[in-house]
Amino acid sequence: MCVAVPAEVIEIKENEALVNFGGVKKTVNINLVDDLKIGDYVLLHAGCAMQKVDKEEAEKTLEIFRLLSEND
Amino acid sequence: MKYVKEFRNPSLVKNMIKKIGSDVEREITIMEVCGTHTMSIFKSGIRDLIPSNIKLISGPGCPVCVTSQAYIDTAIELTKRDDVIITTFGDMLKVPGNNSSLQNEKALGRDIRMVYSPLDSLKIAKENPDREVIFLAVGFETTAPAIALSIKIASEENIKNYSILQSIKTMPETMKQLVLDEDIKIDGFLCPGHVSTVIGAKPYEFLANEFEVPAVIAGFESGDIAIGLYTLIEMIKNNTNEVKNVYSRFVKYEGSEKAISSIYEIFEESDAVWRGLGNISGTGLKLKQKYDSFNAETKLGINLLNDKPIKGCICGDILKGKKNPLQCKLFSKVCNPLNPIGACMVSEEGTCAAYYKYKNIG
Ligand code: SF4
Ligand code: SF4
Repeated sequence: MCVAVPAEVIEIKENEALVNFGGVKKTVNINLVDDLKIGDYVLLHAGCAMQKVDKEEAEKTLEIFRLLSEND
Repeated sequence: MKYVKEFRNPSLVKNMIKKIGSDVEREITIMEVCGTHTMSIFKSGIRDLIPSNIKLISGPGCPVCVTSQAYIDTAIELTKRDDVIITTFGDMLKVPGNNSSLQNEKALGRDIRMVYSPLDSLKIAKENPDREVIFLAVGFETTAPAIALSIKIASEENIKNYSILQSIKTMPETMKQLVLDEDIKIDGFLCPGHVSTVIGAKPYEFLANEFEVPAVIAGFESGDIAIGLYTLIEMIKNNTNEVKNVYSRFVKYEGSEKAISSIYEIFEESDAVWRGLGNISGTGLKLKQKYDSFNAETKLGINLLNDKPIKGCICGDILKGKKNPLQCKLFSKVCNPLNPIGACMVSEEGTCAAYYKYKNIG
């Protein structure tokens, strides 16, 4: 029931946004997220954007990923 | 795809997996609560690559699987009314009831429609003003905001022929039940990632503080899971009891204020009946009195049918992490995705379905 893939916001109109989700475009409700901008990535669930990606935090996790996977 | 591929980097994942549990000797049991994690763990091969003393067990985190038999049977009964249109997430269609399934009833011509969102159900209600459109409202904290939104709009727009058959459940208290169950013995939790985008990290803290079970919130790519397991095992090893969040690109400590407030504007806490786990207080959401006119049960004057478990199916023990699907006599030969006997074989995220798909049995 859950989709874990972030979708890119490509158009915003009032309380809906058009998102691109691996090539598939879909209109979703955006009432639950603040300050959405075109180019943001959002997590979708049941036709609603639930949360937008925090780009800095994504970088931090990737950094941990790189560090932890280094051969020691 | 952005925010996907980089978290799947195969060489990094491979290196990380080698470190997972490499220096622990004792047996460690970790529960991944969420069905999407179960799928991802199988898909990435992590289960087979980590040392055998690290046991990964699946939990009750698939909304379709934990829906009670009584609920399914009641939904099937409702489809027999000509004045009703049932709308549902696709996964619910195949769940076997005691005598039929929604899919069977649909084939018989009953008006059952698959939707991606409760908001689509609302649209169907608007288009069919002379019939009652009932949405099968199953799901966790993740799905609850969308359902709440549909009720809010229905109330504001005065849509009188929309209602929900409610069975919304909430997670943290349920995890407590599993911790208290002496037969299971969980050393650490991989918390449900999507639920956490809504509720945040805070609601799991009591598990670490009161029950000394550490927990990690992780995403769904193979790298996320590898980091999550590594972090969790480090804590278990060092007797650190905390909740750590390695899915911070989507999960905030406080969760999503907007989603939480939209849930509690419409719903309030209630008991909930879980398949296998039974009735647990404080693990459900029900419509507030003010919105009870959207409750299909009161509206149509019906009660849920009695719970009649399916013979031979051990879904209940599987959802608690007490047994695995290979211990079910019906697994594979009798029960498989084409002919599911129990709910855990139906949903993509169901434990039995995951075992079937990735164990190459059958
Ligand atoms: S993300 Fe939530 S609803 Fe989806 S499978 Fe996991 S626990 Fe279940
Ligand atoms: S294999 Fe089928 S019958 Fe057995 S527990 Fe799983 S769903 Fe139930």
